[in-house]
Amino acid sequence: MSRHTLSVLVENKPGVLTRVAGLFARRAFNIHSLAVGTTEHENISRITIVVDVESAPLEQIIKQLNKLVNVIKIVELVNETSILRKLLLVKVRADAQTRSGVLEVVNLFRAHVVDVSVDSVVVEAIGPNAKLEALLAALEPYGVREIVQSGTIAIGRGARSITDRAAPRSAHHPPAVQI
Amino acid sequence: MSQSQAVPIPRAPAARVAPERRDPERNAAPVVPTISEPMSGAQSVIRSLEEVGAEVAFGLPGGCILPAYDPLLDSKRLRHILVRHEQGAGHAASGYAQATGKVGLTIVTSGPGATNLVTALADANMDSVPMVAITGQVGASAIGTDAFQEADIVGITMPITKHSYLIKDAQEIPRVIAEAFHLAETGRPGPVLVDIAKTALAAPTTFTWPNEFQLPGYRPVTKPHAKQIREAAQAMAAAKRPVIMAGGGVIRGQAWDQLRRLVDLSGAPVTTTLMAMGAIPDTHPQHLGMPGMHGTVAAVAALQKADLIIALGCRFDDRVTGLLPSFAPHAAVIHADIDPAEIGKNVPVDVPIVGDLREVLADLIPALAAEQDRVGLPDLAPWWHQIDQWRQNYPLGWDEPTDGLLSPQGVIKRIGQLAGPEAVIVSGVGQHQMWASQFIDHERPRTWINSGGLGTMGFAVPAAMGAKVGRPDAAVWAIDGDGCFQMTNQELATCVLNDIPIKVAIVNNGVLGMVRQWQTLFYNERYSNTFLNTGHGSRRVPDFVKLAESYGAVGLRADTPADVDATIARANEIDDRPVVIDFTVSDKALVWPMVPAGVSNDQILYARGLSPEFDRED
Ligand SMILES: Cc1ncc(C[n+]2csc(CCOP(=O)(O)OP(=O)(O)O)c2C)c(N)n1
Ligand SMILES: [Mg+2]
Repeated sequence: MSRHTLSVLVENKPGVLTRVAGLFARRAFNIHSLAVGTTEHENISRITIVVDVESAPLEQIIKQLNKLVNVIKIVELVNETSILRKLLLVKVRADAQTRSGVLEVVNLFRAHVVDVSVDSVVVEAIGPNAKLEALLAALEPYGVREIVQSGTIAIGRGARSITDRAAPRSAHHPPAVQI
Repeated sequence: MSQSQAVPIPRAPAARVAPERRDPERNAAPVVPTISEPMSGAQSVIRSLEEVGAEVAFGLPGGCILPAYDPLLDSKRLRHILVRHEQGAGHAASGYAQATGKVGLTIVTSGPGATNLVTALADANMDSVPMVAITGQVGASAIGTDAFQEADIVGITMPITKHSYLIKDAQEIPRVIAEAFHLAETGRPGPVLVDIAKTALAAPTTFTWPNEFQLPGYRPVTKPHAKQIREAAQAMAAAKRPVIMAGGGVIRGQAWDQLRRLVDLSGAPVTTTLMAMGAIPDTHPQHLGMPGMHGTVAAVAALQKADLIIALGCRFDDRVTGLLPSFAPHAAVIHADIDPAEIGKNVPVDVPIVGDLREVLADLIPALAAEQDRVGLPDLAPWWHQIDQWRQNYPLGWDEPTDGLLSPQGVIKRIGQLAGPEAVIVSGVGQHQMWASQFIDHERPRTWINSGGLGTMGFAVPAAMGAKVGRPDAAVWAIDGDGCFQMTNQELATCVLNDIPIKVAIVNNGVLGMVRQWQTLFYNERYSNTFLNTGHGSRRVPDFVKLAESYGAVGLRADTPADVDATIARANEIDDRPVVIDFTVSDKALVWPMVPAGVSNDQILYARGLSPEFDRED
């Protein structure tokens, strides 16, 4: 199995996310994570999908996505030339005895404590998947009570913008997020 | 990917008279001056359908679509045919589209009207049929409240349409309808659904015909890559055992003349899939017949032994390939298709060519000719020698039934002969479908219409109705099963009342024959729930002759060999009413050859227990 990160530029219209997600479901493609948001173009939204390529080859997934009329452009972003990030919030047990240990881990990983209570803290961390996994492993002995993670988002390094040349010239859609 | 393009929209009727397919790149129609007129959303729908050149809609009204039916009454350019069931409307639109190459149109109401259309949309999607479905939807503010007759038809049909729209703002109506027709007929054709909220139909609006589409993500590739064409030509010129496999894309892409030229130039054998019958005449000497589960031994064996397959507009369906890993093990594959996702989806491809088949072949033919000039003509004689052995030893045929009843194959063959090559043959799904593909000579494109991908029982009668509406001068025969016919025969009422004189041949074996065939072969002849009581010696419920008569159609019956020709001849003479013929046939007949499901095509059976020896190198 291999894991790939796709940036999918789509028209900012109602139902587009459903079309993308539905396509993955019915073609038995595996989504590892999915994140969606607006871009600098009011008509374009960007879906970042991390796919597990097992049954279907990546090429088939990209071709099927491209057939969706609302999909404007698909770019695969690879580790070496892109920045891949996700956000983790984790609630960890931390009482008087263990708090300093937890804080040490938090500092080592350049994460932040964003909430403190008597016997627990909420830690916020941003990073590539591997870093967050390592952080979780380091926190594990203290007692992880709750985890929530965003999907991965990704952007290419360097000056080039993938959205630039994809902006529809003739669209007149309202700026609101409609996905 | 290229930059998004603003595409000028041509206006009907000029753009529509010839059913040429348009594509966004080739299209250079001038931008027309904007028309702006105040009217209701409902009027805007009808006006847009007129502008886009739609001639006929099959449909049935209900609450939510009702506003659109009012201006429809006044339309001079758009004819509406009132069906008896929305599935019938969908298949009729499909039959119309497949017979003419134009976009089929259906209009139905929300909720149950729309859900009744689901089967027909799935069917059209599988067979790449250009179609637009307009559905009514509850008022915009009621959407999401489980309102009366609300169904999320856009959501329900997302997996089975090429694209879909929900209109809540009347102002969008003209642009969306223009886009829907454009999407339906360009690139890989398919059904497009336009769901319109009742409030949008009722709202006052200004009708403004759009000057461009807003389809930044839609850019079908039509021009093939020159390098790929060169490689294909080289491979073809060098192949010792080539087979050209033509699929439904040849019909949809109107590439039959070019196919003919390629076949003649290459000297290679050709096989047409179920969707491509008539793309090249069945009687062409290089035609091997159909590949796949019920294909000819020659076509199946040729593909298994080929060193090169030139696949044109087909998608390597499992009914064609059999067990995939053992399909055509020695062949390199050239695959040309308008849909890039089909290339490499099921079989690995050596020379991928994405493009409109007409353009692909227009480039490939001279490239092949040049290559042949350079390297000389390949010697295909040993290959043809082998193929001719298969053709000679394993021709299509059947044994006359021992129960003295009519053979279904014989009946179907006679219909083909007496109807002639100009007739449009529309088929249901089952044994009769396979026999109609096998024993009728399909000589012209668009004269064979069937439900290939979805295999929808009930397709034939409404699709024949649509085909007849599109081609009123052609004789249109539905070859139907007794099971299939009972699913949609209500459209006989539509045919009678609208003067659509189709001919329906019910190949009445009294059973769900194709299912029964599997029970015969794979379930120890345990016939669970396949007996229909319509055939010989049964209670005959319903009596198809009386049923036809009650609809005002002519009902005929033929149950002895002596009746067959005379009955077909009578049906051929009647052109003012639909005719239904109950051909009561033997229920013992099986479809041969057959590749049992899930095994290699090498294990094709010529008849029960009879494996052809196609490894013999004599
Ligand atoms: C709507 C639908 N239901 C079930 C099937 C499964 N099926 C395929 S062929 C067949 C039998 C068709 O019977 P009939 O119309 O009498 O044709 P025959 O095979 O006897 O020629 C059935 C039930 C189907 N294809 N479509
Ligand atoms: Mg039957």
